[in-house]
Amino acid sequence: MKILHKAVAGSLESSDVLISVEPADEGLSINIESVVLKQWGARIRQVVEESMQAAGVSQARVDVRDHGALECTLKARIETVLLRAGR
Amino acid sequence: MSKMIANALGRLVPTEVEGLGEFAPFTGAFDRLRGDYSYARAATRRTVPACQRDKVTKSIREAIERSGLKDGMTISFHHHMRNGDGVLPLVMREIQAMGIKDLTLAPSSLTDAHDCVADMIEAGVVTGICSSGMRGRIGQAVSEGKLARPALIYSHGGRARAIEEGRIHIDVAFLGAPTCDKYGNFTGSTGPSACGSLGYAMMDAKYASHVVAVTDNLVDYPLMPRISIPEQQVDQVLLVDSIGDPRKIASGTVRYTRDPVQLRQAWLAFELIKASGYLAPGLSYQAGAGGASLAVTGFLKDYMLEKGIKGSFGVGGISGHTVDMLEHGLFDAVLDVQSFDAAVTGSLHNNPRHIEIDASGYANPFAGSCAVNHLDVVVLAALDVDVDFNVNVMTGLDGVLRGASGGHSDTAAGAKLSVVLCPCQRTRVPAIRDHVQTVVTPGETVDAIVTERGICINPRNEELLRAAQAAKLPVLDIHKLKNDIEAMTGKPEPVPFDESKVVAVVEYRDGTLIDSIYKVK
Repeated sequence: MKILHKAVAGSLESSDVLISVEPADEGLSINIESVVLKQWGARIRQVVEESMQAAGVSQARVDVRDHGALECTLKARIETVLLRAGR
Repeated sequence: MSKMIANALGRLVPTEVEGLGEFAPFTGAFDRLRGDYSYARAATRRTVPACQRDKVTKSIREAIERSGLKDGMTISFHHHMRNGDGVLPLVMREIQAMGIKDLTLAPSSLTDAHDCVADMIEAGVVTGICSSGMRGRIGQAVSEGKLARPALIYSHGGRARAIEEGRIHIDVAFLGAPTCDKYGNFTGSTGPSACGSLGYAMMDAKYASHVVAVTDNLVDYPLMPRISIPEQQVDQVLLVDSIGDPRKIASGTVRYTRDPVQLRQAWLAFELIKASGYLAPGLSYQAGAGGASLAVTGFLKDYMLEKGIKGSFGVGGISGHTVDMLEHGLFDAVLDVQSFDAAVTGSLHNNPRHIEIDASGYANPFAGSCAVNHLDVVVLAALDVDVDFNVNVMTGLDGVLRGASGGHSDTAAGAKLSVVLCPCQRTRVPAIRDHVQTVVTPGETVDAIVTERGICINPRNEELLRAAQAAKLPVLDIHKLKNDIEAMTGKPEPVPFDESKVVAVVEYRDGTLIDSIYKVK
């Protein structure tokens, strides 16, 4: 999958996550902010990386602003943002 | 750092705290309440003021100079103005400007109005803190290890005990006085900055070496009809433009919650109270100021009205809802140590059944007796809990101080039925743990933990378990609930602490240490 334009999914509500994706010239850069960074920062990064890999995205800037989303929510938001951002 | 030893809950606590002396470890909630514990009151010194002098000054600096405040002393304030307090910032800024340093700040609690203290910690003006609550920038600064000596967290009853015992001696108390006469009789029940009960401030007024009443509403002598703190306990009257903003006393708790998760907890808690048999004529009741706790009060009120059940008294932390129950004749009286809602002040002032009590009469475990001991039911909140029913209300998910001990452990120990409300998870972090982050209230004083998924009953209370089962309430084993929640959220990484540095100790209400709080990484 190639990221063609910037897109967002999710919200800043408690227990949700706001993810934005935009095209990048090279590599995958992931920025994570989370209200539970100490507890879940590493796991969130792992899920984002795995999801990008599964979708075949190797070039993108990903911005994750997490307000304590469950993992199912996180995965759903990633899936949606990718559908919105690329082809 | 002094030696650390394990207390009865297995928590490591210091045997001595710099500036505060030696402490015994927690051994059990009622170990010092068996009738054989005694103490000697610490001796203190007070300067006798000259007679026939003018007690009123308009200069903050002059009041501080006259009080004899020096480096290294202990000063106090009350937090009855809550988020609207203007007294502490006003006085502390002048103290800082005068170059006084190394003070221990021992207010009844610290609120969002007191963030300026964080700067005074950095500047070395404040090097020790004893308080029920710590949050905002102060909580952050203390958790980062910026305070020179470990902070002490006490409960409201524990503070009253510590002051009466002389464990904490206040050199100068600056007490916000919403209406005050020129000889220092004052009350919180009237005036443009009325805050209601002055229950916590009464302790400082009785025991501090020097008392300054700080008012923005000076009235003719004698103040009448209500005097909360009398002139004989007051050394000076300081007249300022404003002591704060009473609109900020209510912390957004006026309306009932609409959050379905909180309403589900509240409904289950109400059903449990009903099943327990305590919801009967003569009920005595207290609830915290949180949304879910207030919703329990709402359900209780409707039920009592419908069934014509008349209770005996409400205690606390008095909200508009408790006053509403008093006015509906559902209680004979309310005992008010602290008014949560500026709207309550009219009731305190006008209704003889709305009684102002001091912190010792409210919850001091060493008092002759105290109101919390006569409670049938208390409804409390929690940040997180553990499978041994221990409760944390002090440190947030990230390990940073952001709460208040308040009357939590006092009421849990005193009430016949203590119910703790807690959501299953907050922002993907399970609220039921193997070991709670910081113990404020020990599990042996907690009867039930109510979540939106069901009720966990402390195995110590078999009678309650049988009653809940008979009422067909959703009773869950706490270990099973913990596992179910983790299946949904996953298991979070533990929050890292620097365990070589204790930044605060949690004192149980009887003066023993129940837990230590470490520097965050």
